[in-house]
Amino acid sequence: MSSNTASSSAGSGDSSAARKNSKRPKYSKFTQQELPACKPILTPGWVISTFLIVSVIFIPLGVISLFASQDVVEIVDRYDNDCIPAPARTNKVAFIQGAAPKSCNRTLTVTKRMKQPIYVYYQLENFYQNHRRYVKSRSDSQLRSPKFENQISACKPEDDAGGKPIVPCGLIAWSLFNDTYTLSRNNTPLAVNKKGIAWKSDKEHKFGNKVFPKNFQKGNLTGGATLNPDIPLSEQEDLIVWMRTAALPTFRKLYGKIETDLENGDTIQVTLQNNYNTYSFSGKKKLVLSTTSWLGGKNDFLGIAYLTVGGICFFLALAFTIMYLVKPRRLGDPSYLSWNRNPGGGR
Amino acid sequence: MAGGRIRRRLNLNNIYAFTCRKSTFQEDHSQIGGPGFSRVVYCNEPNSPAAERRSYAGNYVRSTKYSPASFVPKSLFEQFRRVANFYFLVTGILSLTPLSPYGAVSALLPLGLVIAASMVKEGIEDWGRKRQDIEVNNRKVKVHGGDDGMFREEEWRELRVGDIVRVEKEEFFPADLLLLSSSYEDSVCYVETMNLDGETNLKVKQGLEATSSRLHEDFDFKEFKAVVRCEDPNADLYTFVGTLHLEEQRLPLSVQQLLLRDSKLRNTEYVYGAVVFTGHDTKVIQNSTVPPSKRSRIERKMDKIIYMMFGVVFLMSFIGSIIFGIVTREDRGGKTERWYLKPDEAEIFFDPERAPMAAIYHFLTAVMLYSYFIPISLYVSIEIVKVLQSIFINSDILMYYEETDKPAHARTSNLNEELGMVDTVLSDKTGTLTCNSMEFIKCSIAGTGYGRGVTEVERSMAMRSGGSALADDLNVAADRSGPKIEGFNFQDERVMRGNWVKQREASVLQKFFRLLAVCHTAIPETDEATGTVSYEAESPDEAAFVVAARELGFEFFSRTQNGISIRELDLETGKKVERVYRLLNVLEFNSARKRMSVIVRDEDGKLLLLSKGADNVMFERLARNGRTFEEKTREHVDEYADAGLRTLILAYREVDEDEYVKFSKNFNEAKSSVTEDRESLIDEITDQMERDLILLGATAVEDKLQNGVPDCIDKLAQAGIKIWVLTGDKMETAINIGFACSLLRQEMKQIIINLETPQIKALEKAGEKDVIEQASRESVVKQMEEGKALITRGPSDTDSHEAFALIIDGKSLTYALEDDFKQKFLDLATGCASVICCRSSPKQKALVTRLVKSGTGKTTLAIGDGANDVGMLQEADIGVGISGVEGMQAVMSSDLAIAQFRYLERLLLVHGHWCYSRISSMICYFFYKNITFGVTLFLYEAYTSFSAQPAYNDWFLSLFNVFFSSLPVIALGVFDQDVSARFCYKFPLLYQEGVQNLLFSWKRIIGWMFNGLISALAIFFICKQSQEHQLYNPNGKTAGRDILGGTMYTCVVWVVNLQMVLAISYFTWVQHIVIWGSVALWYIFLMIYGAITPTFSTDAYKVFLEALAPAPSYWLTTLLVMIFALVPYFVFKSVQMRYFPGYHQMIQWIRHEGQSNDPEFVEMVRQRSIKTTTVGSTARRAASVRRSGRFHDQLNKNTIAISREEK
Repeated sequence: MSSNTASSSAGSGDSSAARKNSKRPKYSKFTQQELPACKPILTPGWVISTFLIVSVIFIPLGVISLFASQDVVEIVDRYDNDCIPAPARTNKVAFIQGAAPKSCNRTLTVTKRMKQPIYVYYQLENFYQNHRRYVKSRSDSQLRSPKFENQISACKPEDDAGGKPIVPCGLIAWSLFNDTYTLSRNNTPLAVNKKGIAWKSDKEHKFGNKVFPKNFQKGNLTGGATLNPDIPLSEQEDLIVWMRTAALPTFRKLYGKIETDLENGDTIQVTLQNNYNTYSFSGKKKLVLSTTSWLGGKNDFLGIAYLTVGGICFFLALAFTIMYLVKPRRLGDPSYLSWNRNPGGGR
Repeated sequence: MAGGRIRRRLNLNNIYAFTCRKSTFQEDHSQIGGPGFSRVVYCNEPNSPAAERRSYAGNYVRSTKYSPASFVPKSLFEQFRRVANFYFLVTGILSLTPLSPYGAVSALLPLGLVIAASMVKEGIEDWGRKRQDIEVNNRKVKVHGGDDGMFREEEWRELRVGDIVRVEKEEFFPADLLLLSSSYEDSVCYVETMNLDGETNLKVKQGLEATSSRLHEDFDFKEFKAVVRCEDPNADLYTFVGTLHLEEQRLPLSVQQLLLRDSKLRNTEYVYGAVVFTGHDTKVIQNSTVPPSKRSRIERKMDKIIYMMFGVVFLMSFIGSIIFGIVTREDRGGKTERWYLKPDEAEIFFDPERAPMAAIYHFLTAVMLYSYFIPISLYVSIEIVKVLQSIFINSDILMYYEETDKPAHARTSNLNEELGMVDTVLSDKTGTLTCNSMEFIKCSIAGTGYGRGVTEVERSMAMRSGGSALADDLNVAADRSGPKIEGFNFQDERVMRGNWVKQREASVLQKFFRLLAVCHTAIPETDEATGTVSYEAESPDEAAFVVAARELGFEFFSRTQNGISIRELDLETGKKVERVYRLLNVLEFNSARKRMSVIVRDEDGKLLLLSKGADNVMFERLARNGRTFEEKTREHVDEYADAGLRTLILAYREVDEDEYVKFSKNFNEAKSSVTEDRESLIDEITDQMERDLILLGATAVEDKLQNGVPDCIDKLAQAGIKIWVLTGDKMETAINIGFACSLLRQEMKQIIINLETPQIKALEKAGEKDVIEQASRESVVKQMEEGKALITRGPSDTDSHEAFALIIDGKSLTYALEDDFKQKFLDLATGCASVICCRSSPKQKALVTRLVKSGTGKTTLAIGDGANDVGMLQEADIGVGISGVEGMQAVMSSDLAIAQFRYLERLLLVHGHWCYSRISSMICYFFYKNITFGVTLFLYEAYTSFSAQPAYNDWFLSLFNVFFSSLPVIALGVFDQDVSARFCYKFPLLYQEGVQNLLFSWKRIIGWMFNGLISALAIFFICKQSQEHQLYNPNGKTAGRDILGGTMYTCVVWVVNLQMVLAISYFTWVQHIVIWGSVALWYIFLMIYGAITPTFSTDAYKVFLEALAPAPSYWLTTLLVMIFALVPYFVFKSVQMRYFPGYHQMIQWIRHEGQSNDPEFVEMVRQRSIKTTTVGSTARRAASVRRSGRFHDQLNKNTIAISREEK
């Protein structure tokens, strides 16, 4: 009663009326769809200023990104072809699968000072790590804990060797990249640190420190690298990096870190073991040495894209300004209102 | 209790001339016992073994769709009948096989949620019906307890065939009953059948004398036994064939003794009846058809889009499969053997040796993967949205009717957006346009017009044309009348409060009022406490007369067996005296006679014939010396008719004794005859009697229009909605009402099609059916052709504002609706501004509705209040029932119920438009977001050699439609307002956006899909390029599938939600919460999901906190994508808004700029928004302006504008 009288000016008479009219919808701004609302429409001011603001933000961002990318020093060396001895090049697959020594020397020249840490990557092309059959061919539980050693159903056909489960099982592990690089600068060996190249969460949570490789590469066919059965998986960082499958058929994976600066003009000798077969599917192999910026590796795309979008928006802001000035709103042309074409009332 | 009542034992039978006809054994009755007539009812012994053996169904009535047991299977079946849901079921099942590109849960979880939500909705709706059933089945009725002569209350559902029930006044009959006796001596009772046929006048039913003579009181039933043999349950309301076996007697029964379920006992204290048909056997339930399930136009079009999307999905899968097949085959060895896939040991899905087979399996996988193109949550979202929209409609305070306490009620929610697309409104008249209450408002007595009341029509006209001053005046006048008396709106100080005695023609006035008080069949009821008398009459206009007589000093207060008592003012003494008129005969009203008379003997012993009737029959019956005021009266009658009033002529004569004796003898003979031509015999005898009358005057009764009807019609007409009136009323009444609500006006050319030609009438007398039919058909076709010719000739005339109105009566309609001619009829009707079908049967109403619906292909809305409108309501695309009156039949079969016709304006122009624009935007957006999502999947596919590897984590996939994009789109569907309610009213032509379906045109749909494609391309390629080489963060880590997937998904969530921001035009806190909430929810989900053990979260483990969030390139990419993807739409919308605004956008401009900024523009839009209507009060006013020629220049300008537009 009191609340009723408080809310309505008409007092108790009103409250009795309200009681009688039990089905009367309650009034509220919400139920009557009268909520206070912002009703933005695209006025010339809004359109132009939106484009201007975007371009004002984007162009500097583009410049910064581009600088970041330009700061990165990158040395890329494709070796898959050159590391096959000339006579064997007619049948590279036979060579790579054969027993001949696969050692190969490459020389890289540093053209610009590279500050440590310098990251060593291998780059594979036309390698479908994202193929559904490949991606699914692993057993996460087996990788985590020795308890689940036998969970290998997803790993077919690389699931067991002679009835004993393979750890780590599956095509991904089986095809582990096995080229190796030994670097030296001016004939002094250059240490490549292979610790800390995997994501921390992978090391700590996805690959168990009590899981040791078993029966690995013991099947009828050897795929890629072998693993030291005495080191737990969580320490096998090459494997961990490899197992985090790439999104696209061209990808780089971290091989190691060089923790000294490289000076301009340094030559770097690489002795590599060209073991990995990319020849049967015409894939390329590249060795990459790269520094990083806050934005990652060398990739001008973001910077250019930001500049482009910023530029387009600036252009659009101009274009709209001119359009609004030159061609004011069209008046008195109702032809696009289709119902005005047949004004006959009766029809 | 019953004994304490005043028992009125009246024998009214003998004063009626026509209706109470004794049933005789006719041929029909010989069939009893045969096939179709096998029912046997043991009255008063429902428990007897014989009755048990028959085991007729109980009186329980079920209207629910499901029972508790059948709910789950049946509703599941309903759900999977939808193609899209079935598709998802198939993909769900397939996801359990190794074919699946994702885990089974990603397919089954959303499907489960969606199906569960739909089922809950179904369940809630059915529960509503169940509650209604429970209410009806648990109503109480007094039932005879077997053999103790006591009546006890029982629930309706407990009734069995053979039970004896006692139904009190104003109660509904619980089942089909055989009338045994009533409170009247001769077991007459009055029944209101509004729920059955929509007719408001009372029907008289009469029990057999054999039963009524012995059954008067409760205890009389103690020993009563009888057996009824009758027809089996059927749907025919107007026939009943049966025999009553009562103590060796065999008595014929007809429909005259049958009281039908859902009709109501009126004017009768109580009746006793035996239950004959129960529950689903009753005639009314046999009659009820399953309401057709209606789907809106938009949803039907949506189905087409879904089929199209299926096509796209299959095409993409097909392309993918072919490429996949080729690539896989190359793994056989040779140049591109991808040894790391171990192709030589592959199972069938990837086996290069069986590449074609692998491709076929891949096709299935791809179809599953691309299922994200089909928005799984579309149906359920739309259902949720519609339910919420309905709640808004229901809770709209502006559609709440205070007097009957009835808010609007959307009974089905499927049709909300259809409300925004109505092209033609088909309206019932009585109870819909009019209140079905008659008000005595004017009269003409002795050639003098009395009454200063103002009709609704006059008021509406005055409001519009005269500015407010006059209208205020009129309102004040109306207010002054003090406490309102129902049925009486007469003000004239010359005759009120007894002043009539001072008038010159006082004796005529006295006769006039006395006639009003005596010549009727109403029954008075005196309220003991206050002494006021109220009346129950068969029709509301009769009640208006008696009330008028009472208010003018001739109070009819009692009716006895053969007398009518009246308190009247004596002219000479000036005192109130009670006079009793002995009622000798009642010559009733029927549509053929168009008059009614009573023969009474007054206290002086004089015999008087008092008569009232339609002008055309009455004027010709006047005596030569009775025509004193004829000319004046005719003038007045025409005047009244113009104002939309119903007129009756009052006349009387004195009858001399001899004549009466002769008449009485003939009349009684005719009444008791059983020959075929009994009716015509009576007709002739009464015709002889009702002659040489002396004219007294005329009455004018306002068939009161509901509040605001003319205004509403005017608004609807301005919105370009066509309005047809379909009524069961007489042509004259219909035309009156047409004028009253401005559907007709003076200079409209009326094309009247009827069969009242002398030629046809002559043929009817001859009575040869075939000939009549043939001639009628020819006549109707001829009239239609003439009308058509008139219309096609019309526009070439000088007056471009000429409009036509088609008025057609029921009989002609029968022929016009025949298959051969209905197209012709439709052509004619659509060429006219107004169409009025009068005297049309419920079936014809439905047929006309169907014709309009299928003939024009446009959306039709039928509105009505009575059971006779049920067919029409069900047939139309949308059926709107008027609630508030007692009959609920129309409401029960309608899709929406409103309390007053005028709410139609808000319902259509505001809610209809909103719902339409919301739903169409919502569906477009739905496809947009799913295409955006699906295309990114497809593009990623292309980079995985079409191996059907999804770009995203399983849970990302499954939750996209359910969590990260569902709420904003629901909010769009529920809350968005392109134009506020105020502007919807102001610019009614906005409504045409829906009628012409501009917001859901293929152009717009494809446009949105294209926009989705652009967004997807932007998202995918920017993400891919920015992660080229995948050197990703400052620590030299590389990005894998997880990171690319996470980035792309973030971009998708941002882009679709920002697109929503651009698409909506009404930002409340709800929008802010759901849009920003959805984006936030994605990040929150990512963090929570990433924190769960990697066994569950797989590659999404810690992906956000460890990899994405610390990397600046992730954020930069997101920002770039969300701006870049939206630029095309933003540019498009900016240009459109400025240079090609749609109608609602123009209104947005006007709202935005106020009205001062760009007056020229505002003026342009406003002018364009006023359509040159041909009906409605605006048109009427315009017409009168034209007539006066005052605004000649204005007119010229308009015509020029129109001719320009025509080019």
